[in-house]
Amino acid sequence: MRAYVHLALAGFRRYSTYRQAMFAGLTANVVFGMLRTAVLVAAVGAAPVAGYDAASAVTYVWLGQGLLAFVVLWGESQLSERIRTGDVVVDLYRPWHLQAALLAEDVGRAAYAAVVRLVPPVAIGALFFPFRWPEPHTWPLFAVSAVLALVISFGMRFILNCTTFWLLDSRGVRNMYEVSSGLLCGLIVPLAFMPEWARDVLWATPFPYLIQAPIDVFLEQGPQWTVLALQAFWAVVVLAAGNLVLSRAVRKVVVQGG
Amino acid sequence: MIEVRELCREFTVTTKVGRLRRARTKVRAVDSVSFDVAAGEAVGYVGPNGAGKSTTIKMLTGILVPTSGHVRVAGVDPSRARRDLARRIGVAFGQRSQLWWDLPLRDSFDLLRSIYRVDARDHARRLAECVELLDLSGFLDRPVRQLSLGQRMRGEVTAALLHGPELLVLDEPTIGLDLESKERLREFLADLNAQRGTTLLLTTHDLDDIERLCPRLVVIDRGTVLADGPLEALRAEVVPERVLVVDLEKPSEPLTGIRGVVDVRIELGGLRQHLTFRKDETTAAAVIAAVAAQADVHDLVVEEPEIDDVVRRLYARR
Ligand SMILES: Nc1ncnc2c1ncn2[C@@H]1O[C@H](COP(=O)(O)OP(=O)(O)OP(=O)(O)O)[C@@H](O)[C@H]1O
Ligand SMILES: [Mg+2]
Repeated sequence: MRAYVHLALAGFRRYSTYRQAMFAGLTANVVFGMLRTAVLVAAVGAAPVAGYDAASAVTYVWLGQGLLAFVVLWGESQLSERIRTGDVVVDLYRPWHLQAALLAEDVGRAAYAAVVRLVPPVAIGALFFPFRWPEPHTWPLFAVSAVLALVISFGMRFILNCTTFWLLDSRGVRNMYEVSSGLLCGLIVPLAFMPEWARDVLWATPFPYLIQAPIDVFLEQGPQWTVLALQAFWAVVVLAAGNLVLSRAVRKVVVQGG
Repeated sequence: MIEVRELCREFTVTTKVGRLRRARTKVRAVDSVSFDVAAGEAVGYVGPNGAGKSTTIKMLTGILVPTSGHVRVAGVDPSRARRDLARRIGVAFGQRSQLWWDLPLRDSFDLLRSIYRVDARDHARRLAECVELLDLSGFLDRPVRQLSLGQRMRGEVTAALLHGPELLVLDEPTIGLDLESKERLREFLADLNAQRGTTLLLTTHDLDDIERLCPRLVVIDRGTVLADGPLEALRAEVVPERVLVVDLEKPSEPLTGIRGVVDVRIELGGLRQHLTFRKDETTAAAVIAAVAAQADVHDLVVEEPEIDDVVRRLYARR
């Protein structure tokens, strides 16, 4: 256990060495946040749509802009690169659970991202636009929901990366994930705006639990505890699936390079 | 410490034939390899590129599952007890880093202590030792990505030793190092083996590593073991000739006609002569005596064949 705590701290420190990248990412998030605010506020301006008035639309946008970097929605490829080059041998002969070790590191990264990528967009939204703050009792629920979203996102990225063991080049799969995840998880348009059948389908997948679920908890829309329970369920499912994929890969598949 | 019996590993390779068709062929990277390494030994595992060295090492460390055959390392089946084994052996790949690229070298060592659950005092003692012997103090606080290859390699070896492994497996540890760094690393490893009794298994293309570190050599090519034994014995077996180089007081005609001498080459107009003789037909002493009877000898030396030569001939024997 100590090892994993230590790894999380190392993850935090590691990412804090990439200041410039963090700053560039933050800038892009803020610019997109402005655009999205303009569009969405125009859409809900006159009358609330599907439960969203101007304040909750602003909150939805800026929280989403922050969460997207906290949970990492894009097809990040560190493990995939290590598999492709064969460096993963080093990770495989260590006396640790590889998936748990990477999760710990990602938690460290996310802690850093919470400070430099999540808080600033939310602060901007709250300072310059009408913003909806939750009741005090919602704060801890939101924190748990955000962490569960992180775990689910990690679990999905882990499986995505592990496909490299078989495909050797998982860029295609990752690009597909990158292009579709924004829409599927409710980052681009609130899921509530979608037709009912689409909502039903999407809520049966893990995607909405990455972004829409924590936002709903924050906005106090829908039953918070149910959302948390479903997030926990998906976290367990994707982690277990990833674990299975990894052990398959290690037994059946070849580590590249001499 | 290591027990390998008829170990095989196949890879399936797909190659394009024609526009759409792909042919699948099986490549035997390791083909029925057997050898043992006793505790405390230092063994060099050598072979040309693609011989199957790294593949064997991956199977020894449990990263790759054998196609068939039997492996035991420190008493366990590596691929079944990978994590257990990792705690007891140290591994360093010359071409891959086990350090955390963005963090100071020291942080990697701290992380490894947690991962391997090493007692704080043991860790501090081993680290202090490595810092001194491998001269790490100048760059302990620098991020690994800023280290030179030689510095990083010293860090890698330290990282592989901090949990006090019984066996150290090194895949090309001296690759890319300059002469001085190589020498320092060899000296360190030789001490480790001699004083700590840490078993060493290393692959290398630098045969000086073997000469310096490994009394025993296992030579592999195209997946099969060509030779296994002490360097001296292999030398005697594959290169039966020795060369006696004599410097004479006065230039002389080639000193031919000595029994057992198969070739004479002269230099400096006959002042220096190289006499190649077969070790199984005569002795150096007999040749020297015969030379002394024919000419006034100023100086002489018997040359052992270079290890490169030994290995080259082993490869050629196939
Ligand atoms: N993942 C793989 N897929 C297919 N073939 C492989 C794979 N890994 C290794 N091989 C083949 O197995 C053989 C042995 O490779 P290996 O890496 O063990 O060689 P080596 O002795 O370490 O060589 P070098 O000295 O160049 O490092 C080579 O012919 C190589 O092409
Ligand atoms: Mg190799």
